[in-house]
Amino acid sequence: MLQAGKPHLGPHPTPESWSLNVIALSELGIGKHGIVEGLDLPEEVQHHLMHMGFVPDARVLALRRAPAGDPTVYAIDGMEIALRQETARSIHVWIIPGDDEQEGS
Amino acid sequence: MSSCCETPTLDLPIEPRIPGAIRTVALVGPPNSGKSTLFNRLTGLRQKVANYPGVTVEQRIGRLSGIDRSDLTVIDLPGIYSLSSYSEDTRVALDVLHGEMPGTPAPDAVLLVLDSLHLSRQLMLAAPVLALGLPTLILLNMSDLMEARGGEVDSLALAGELGAPVAKISATRGTGLDAIRHFLGQKSELQPPLQLPVMGNAASYRQWASGVSTRTNYRAPLSSAVSRNLDNILLHRVWGPLLFLVVVITVFQVVFSIGQPLSDGFQTLLDAMGAHASAWLPAGWIQSLLIEGVWKGVSSVLVFLPQILLLFLFIGVLEDSGYLARAALIADRVMRTIGLNGKAFIPLLSAYACAVPAIMATRTIENKRDRLATILVTPFMTCSARLPIYILIIAAFVPNRPVLGDIFGLRACVMLGLYVLGFVAALVTARLLKSTLLRASPTPFILELPQYRLPTLRSLLLRLVDRARVFLHQAGTVILAVTLVLWLLSHVPFHDGAFPALAQSFIGRVGLLIEPVIRPLGFNWKIGIGLLTSVLAREVIVGTLGTLYGSDPATQHLTLQTALRHDMHIGGAIALVVYFALAMQCTSTLAVVRRETNSWKWPAIQFIYMTVLAYLAALATNQGLSRLFG
Repeated sequence: MLQAGKPHLGPHPTPESWSLNVIALSELGIGKHGIVEGLDLPEEVQHHLMHMGFVPDARVLALRRAPAGDPTVYAIDGMEIALRQETARSIHVWIIPGDDEQEGS
Repeated sequence: MSSCCETPTLDLPIEPRIPGAIRTVALVGPPNSGKSTLFNRLTGLRQKVANYPGVTVEQRIGRLSGIDRSDLTVIDLPGIYSLSSYSEDTRVALDVLHGEMPGTPAPDAVLLVLDSLHLSRQLMLAAPVLALGLPTLILLNMSDLMEARGGEVDSLALAGELGAPVAKISATRGTGLDAIRHFLGQKSELQPPLQLPVMGNAASYRQWASGVSTRTNYRAPLSSAVSRNLDNILLHRVWGPLLFLVVVITVFQVVFSIGQPLSDGFQTLLDAMGAHASAWLPAGWIQSLLIEGVWKGVSSVLVFLPQILLLFLFIGVLEDSGYLARAALIADRVMRTIGLNGKAFIPLLSAYACAVPAIMATRTIENKRDRLATILVTPFMTCSARLPIYILIIAAFVPNRPVLGDIFGLRACVMLGLYVLGFVAALVTARLLKSTLLRASPTPFILELPQYRLPTLRSLLLRLVDRARVFLHQAGTVILAVTLVLWLLSHVPFHDGAFPALAQSFIGRVGLLIEPVIRPLGFNWKIGIGLLTSVLAREVIVGTLGTLYGSDPATQHLTLQTALRHDMHIGGAIALVVYFALAMQCTSTLAVVRRETNSWKWPAIQFIYMTVLAYLAALATNQGLSRLFG
């Protein structure tokens, strides 16, 4: 399990409220943003995903679901990457409240 | 350009070595950075494609063209995200960069290709590459697009940060290549390895890369609104799958209904050429060897070309435009239920026309295990070469009785059943493979959706030439050898100084010899010979049976259908088509599987598995039907 230090968000929420707001990436609603907290996957997969941009502190946006409902397309680091639910379940994100419908960078 | 038609060998080194000059340069970059476009741009057709020894990773080596130095070797390494993961691609890249790959010259310089649309992420690869200590030129590819979309970067500051020259280029348009020319003209001096303040893990690389992009005033371009808007339609809940079906049906329809007549026409042309040539040759064994052995072997390979080129034209357009990734996304849910991923859909579908181009099309599947599983199940799909024997047997043995009204008769029902049988066998095999030989696939389905782009004619044409060359060179040699062996086996031993009748030839004797083995399937020795000769290609059995029944005085005057009806029971007849639905009767496919998996192990496993499965299924069919019809 890889943990980030403190995420550097604009208006700082308190550390207590972060832990309450950590969810699996697969739970992130469409159009919602999150901040990657950590990945809990086999080392090789984790490595691959991190090089594709899924590193702690990175901002991720759930962009759309495939027509069949799965996989889901995420915008991260200027790229669009589709992950199956089984993979997204092992990526943990902080949800950013009240920050919808804007592109992650 | 003359080199394109010869066997593309590269004898290295050919030029006398200029001391200190760069002779070999490696292209390094992440997937989708435009590395291969640049490689094509730099080498044109002066390239060769092979496999690195022992792995399925493709080795692309070329000679520099269009730039003053034509003695330079360019190596296009597989796309990689880092130098520290354990994937096959990364291992190959590392071995080549360290000069430890047998048969590949050690590079003395590196061209690092980065996609400037996503520079802050792509820079993660710069740290480990620069740490190698080779002279490196950093190429910010697609910089024209980046600037057009409002992005910017201070390339001088970046060069200062990285301690290496930086150039903005566009591989697609061919701009900025002067910098490469200049860089390659210089003396190669081993650089002191760059001391970058980076620890070797992804998080710290990432942090470093973000820092560098901030200090060099990198501003990422706005992502293209066109792509998002297109995806709103192409990935729409309703329109997405519908348009997907339209695309898929079009590909299938074209490869099957235009490719097939093209192939048939090509075959007729090649046969006519053979007939023409045989008129010039004195009758006898030389004529037979050249025409029925060599020419037949060569044309049995050539005949696949129209379908291969058509399919690859389509795949090229789909892949270069960015739609293929969307298609994989849509198909993934369905393909997952059979243990494969969405990218396997297009190859499996095209296998209904022919397994050979389909297996070559599995290259779009990056996950090695999924690719292998797809390759192994592809020959179960009902290809067009099975149709002649299906049509012959069904017409001879199945009464034309209506099943569902007048349209859907018993014959169509049996035909459909054979298609379903092949599909079910593929499905079961895929599941079996995923739970045994190819279990524990560590790489999940991770799909990058590139932005939509207009495919360029140049890249499509290069792709077609590339595939045609690979197919003819690799598959051609194996198929030619097998054809010659089969020709020889069916023409020896001589009988009174002349060729023996097929039944007396070596292959005929083997056919007789195996009769006890195939009798439980309801097959006689003539069918046995047909099974042996059709190992070359499935449709060959019809010709063989024609020859055998045609030369037998008892059946000479009958049509092949009638002769078969006199000679076989319904159980054996249906068992025969079941056998053909499941057996690996195709040398071209075996040759292509060997080439794509880079070993004889997988085609051997595939051949044995499919033959055993076919035998058992045919046995069950014959026993069951014999009991049913008494």
